[in-house]
Amino acid sequence: MNYLDTVVQGVLLGGLYALFAAGLSLVFGIMRLVNLAHGDLIVLAAYLLLITASVLGLSPFVAAAAVAPLMFGIGWLLQRHVLGRTLGADILPPLLVTFGLSIALQNALLQGFSADSRRLNSGALATASIDLGPVSVGVLPLLTFASAIVVIIALNQLFYRTELGRAFRATSDDADTARLMGIQPQRIFSGATAIAMLVVTIAALYLGTRANFDPSIGPARLIYAFEAVIIGGLGSLWGTLAGGITIGLAQTIGAAINPEWQILSGHIAFLLVLLLKPRGLFPRAFD
Amino acid sequence: MCLLKTNRLAAHYNDFQALFAVDLHLDAGETVAIIGANGAGKTTLLRSLCGALANAPEQIVFDGEPVGALSAEQVVRRGIAMVPEGRKLFPSLSVEENLQIGGYAGGAGGFWNLAKLYELFPVLGERRRQPATRLSGGQQQMVAIGRALMSNPKVLLCDEISLGLAPAVIRDIYNALPGIRSQGAGVILVEQDISRALSAANRFYCIMEGRVTLSGEPENASRDAIHDAYFGVGA
Repeated sequence: MNYLDTVVQGVLLGGLYALFAAGLSLVFGIMRLVNLAHGDLIVLAAYLLLITASVLGLSPFVAAAAVAPLMFGIGWLLQRHVLGRTLGADILPPLLVTFGLSIALQNALLQGFSADSRRLNSGALATASIDLGPVSVGVLPLLTFASAIVVIIALNQLFYRTELGRAFRATSDDADTARLMGIQPQRIFSGATAIAMLVVTIAALYLGTRANFDPSIGPARLIYAFEAVIIGGLGSLWGTLAGGITIGLAQTIGAAINPEWQILSGHIAFLLVLLLKPRGLFPRAFD
Repeated sequence: MCLLKTNRLAAHYNDFQALFAVDLHLDAGETVAIIGANGAGKTTLLRSLCGALANAPEQIVFDGEPVGALSAEQVVRRGIAMVPEGRKLFPSLSVEENLQIGGYAGGAGGFWNLAKLYELFPVLGERRRQPATRLSGGQQQMVAIGRALMSNPKVLLCDEISLGLAPAVIRDIYNALPGIRSQGAGVILVEQDISRALSAANRFYCIMEGRVTLSGEPENASRDAIHDAYFGVGA
C-alpha cells in the first residue's frame, strides 16, 4: 500500500469527522447537553439540501446558503421549546429526549424519503482531483478539510473575540452569575444550538456530496463525532479536529490493511486514547 | 432622593419564610450597611433586591417603579448590580473579559469603564490578560467589584466583600468605596464584620431572624443596642 497516500486520505477524512463533531462539541461545551440526535440532524440537513438542490436545480453548495438559515431557525426553536426544558441538575432528561428525537427524526425521514440511499450531486467536483506530486487528492476531501479548519477558526474567533463569545463562556461557567450580568441563559443556549446547526449544515453538505446517505446513518455519524470530541478533549475545538483526524487516520489505515477493519480501527483508536489519556489529547485546564 | 425602597418585603424559600416585612430605603450617594448574624436573612435580602429571588412587584421599588418581580437579568439592566458572595468570577474568562462581561447589561458611556477601573485598582491593569481565578483573593474581589461597576449601576449591592481576606486587603477595598459613591451610586454593604461595615456606612440596618431589629446612623447607636439587635435582646 501507498503509506503517504493512506495518511493523506486519513487526515482529510478526519476533516469530515471534525465537521460532524464541531457542532456537538459547541453544544456540549456551552450547556453540557449531550445531543444524541446530532447525527440525525446532520442527515435531516442533508435531505433539506437534497430537496432544495433538486427542486430549484441548484448546486448543493448554493443550496447550503438557503438551508443554513433554515437549520439555524430549527436549532433555535428546538433549543427554545424542547431541549431547553430538559436542562437541569439531572442529566437523564436531555439524553432521553434527544434519544427520542433521534428515533422520531429517523422514522420521519424514512416515511418522507424511503430507505433508498441518496446522494447530493456536485457535478464534476465529485470526481475532480489535484495531483500533489506523490499523491493525488480529491477536491471534495480537500474542500471538506479546508471547511473544517475554517469552521474551527470561525468558532474560535466567535468564542474568544466577541461579546457573544464571552457571554457563551460565562454562561457555560456559571449561568446563575451570568444572569447577574444581564445575560439570559436561555437565549444564549438557543443561539448556541442555532450556530451548531449552521455547522451541521456544512457537515451535511460534505456528508451528502462525498457518499450516499439514507435515513438510518445518523447514529453512526454521532458515534464518530462523539469519539472525535472525546479524543480531542472536551471543550477544545482544535482538539476536536485532532480527534477527527485520529479517527480518520485509524479508519483509513485499518481499511488499507483489510477493508473489513475500517470502522473497527476507528473505534480501537478511540479506546486506546481513552485508556492512555482519559481526558483526551487537549483537555481543558479546569472543569 | 430615595433610590431604592422595600415595602414590607417578605421572601420565601418554598415553605420557609426567610424575611418578614422588611422596610428599608437607600438614597443616591449613600452607603447603607446591613448587619446580622449568619442565617439572619442578609443574603436573602440581597438576592431579593438583585432579582435572583422573585417577590411581589411592589415590595421592591427602584427609581419609582416596582421591580420586585423582575428577573436578575432585567434588574441589572435597570441599574442594580450585585457583587455576589464568594466573588463568583468566570474561570474561563480573563480579568479583562470578566470586567467586560459586567458591561453586558449596558451602561457603556457612563463614568466607569476599563480605563477608570484600572485607575481604581491598578493591579488589575497589570494582570488583565490572566485568568481571573489565578489572582489572589483580594484581587479577585476587586475584579468582582469592577465587574459590577462596568454596568454603571445606580445601586451597588456588595455581599460579604471582606470575607476571607486579609485586613490590609480589606482596607484597600474599603478605601475604594468613597470613589464609587462619589459617582452617585448608592451602596448596600452586607457584612458580618460589624465594625468594618459601620465605619463605612452612613446608615445601617440590623437584621435578626428575617426582621429588622435596629436601624439608624452608626454614630448614634450604642454598642449595647447593636449587640442586642444582633444577638437578640437579653442574649
